[in-house]
Amino acid sequence: MNLYHYASPSTFYPLAGKLIPWFAALAFILAIAGLYISFFVAPTDFQQGEGYRIIFIHVPTAWMSMFIYVVMAFWSAIGLAWNTRLSFVMARALAPTGAMFTFVALWTGAFWGKPMWGAWWVWDARLTSELILLFLYVGVMALQAAIDDPRRADRAGALLNLVGVINVPIIYFSVKWWNTLHQGSSVSLTRAPSMAQTMLWGMLIMALAAWMYTIAVSLVRARTLVLERERQTEWVRAQLEGQP
Amino acid sequence: MLKFLFTVIRRDVLLAARRRGDWLTAQFFFVMVVSMFPLGIGPEPGMLRTIGPGVVWVAALLASLLSLDRLFADDYRDGTLEQMLLSPSPIALLTLGKAIAHWIINGIPLLIIAPLLGIQFNLPAGALWMLVLSLAIGTPILSLLGSIGAALTLGLRGGGALVTLLIMPLYVPALIFGAGAVEGVLSGTGSEAHLSLLGAFLMMSLLLAPWVSAMALKVSVE
Repeated sequence: MNLYHYASPSTFYPLAGKLIPWFAALAFILAIAGLYISFFVAPTDFQQGEGYRIIFIHVPTAWMSMFIYVVMAFWSAIGLAWNTRLSFVMARALAPTGAMFTFVALWTGAFWGKPMWGAWWVWDARLTSELILLFLYVGVMALQAAIDDPRRADRAGALLNLVGVINVPIIYFSVKWWNTLHQGSSVSLTRAPSMAQTMLWGMLIMALAAWMYTIAVSLVRARTLVLERERQTEWVRAQLEGQP
Repeated sequence: MLKFLFTVIRRDVLLAARRRGDWLTAQFFFVMVVSMFPLGIGPEPGMLRTIGPGVVWVAALLASLLSLDRLFADDYRDGTLEQMLLSPSPIALLTLGKAIAHWIINGIPLLIIAPLLGIQFNLPAGALWMLVLSLAIGTPILSLLGSIGAALTLGLRGGGALVTLLIMPLYVPALIFGAGAVEGVLSGTGSEAHLSLLGAFLMMSLLLAPWVSAMALKVSVE
């Protein structure tokens, strides 16, 4: 398989167009199934009551918010190393989705914190580092929006992503030692999860749904970016004339 | 190589010395921001002692950000920067020299002013020393990380505000460990751990930041 073939915008554009409906449909079906499990199948938590159900949104979005940042940094590194245009496009297309998930994770966390801790917001390690993650997303998007030249915007944003990804663990540990209240993780790869099986399933399916949604949305955004940047080329003209 | 570094530092310090107005703005900004807090919060001594280290540290962050957009901008505008980039010396040395000069110009005066502000905040002598020490280790981090932001936003509209957006989140560890060290003295829990981590962060910034900001300069100028 020749990866360079798929890295070319003219192959990527139609391929992404074909893939988007599949990922969107998967995201939709998984979200319906996940929401059904989370609201009707999963048992009520004996300590936290019905309020705990917010974790079915909160945990997957929090996972995605961190994961997307790493993926962005990955594409940025690839782009800087091999100078592939499409990697920068992907990094850029992911940023708004990542920021959205970060915001949703914070917001649902506030909804969960009010009944459980009695406060919308506490200056706890996880909350604070998630907030700073949101700031990092905003910083990257602001930088890219401020630069008119797409080539410079891509590279500057990529560098900032890489600096951010080195700093995220440091920020995380600094705020962790600073103050902590958030409960520890209930899911871990190394030991049995400390929650009911159905709860875990609900959460994993919701996480998959968020994953599929991210792929679909970022592909749509990447397609638009590709179209905008390659507007002078032959294949874009051919592409657009083909459509009514 | 070292000669090039010293030349860069000497040139920037000399330029700042010739334009004292610009240079003093950041220092007075620092003093004023810190002085606003007792006015806003109230002059209760116990409260001031609790918030003092954090306030001085946050003001130091802001003061260093304020002067950052000038770091490369003046040289960029008159074309000097392009000539510097063409020189055979590594660009990372240029950015390192610029960051060190920024620290000499903006960081060292903060170390001298900070204890005075600390007295206003009713800090005891031990905490004042720790404040100076933590700022001495911490402010070079601010200059080094800031040079990345300055290089990335070179020549952009609203560069100053943008630098703040980009760099402020990266300053978080320096702020936490720096203010935490002073807090440790105040509460009697000791501050060695905070100082060690601050030192580690300084070493890492010293190693990586000049290199990243050299890449950023190349991106911005090409």
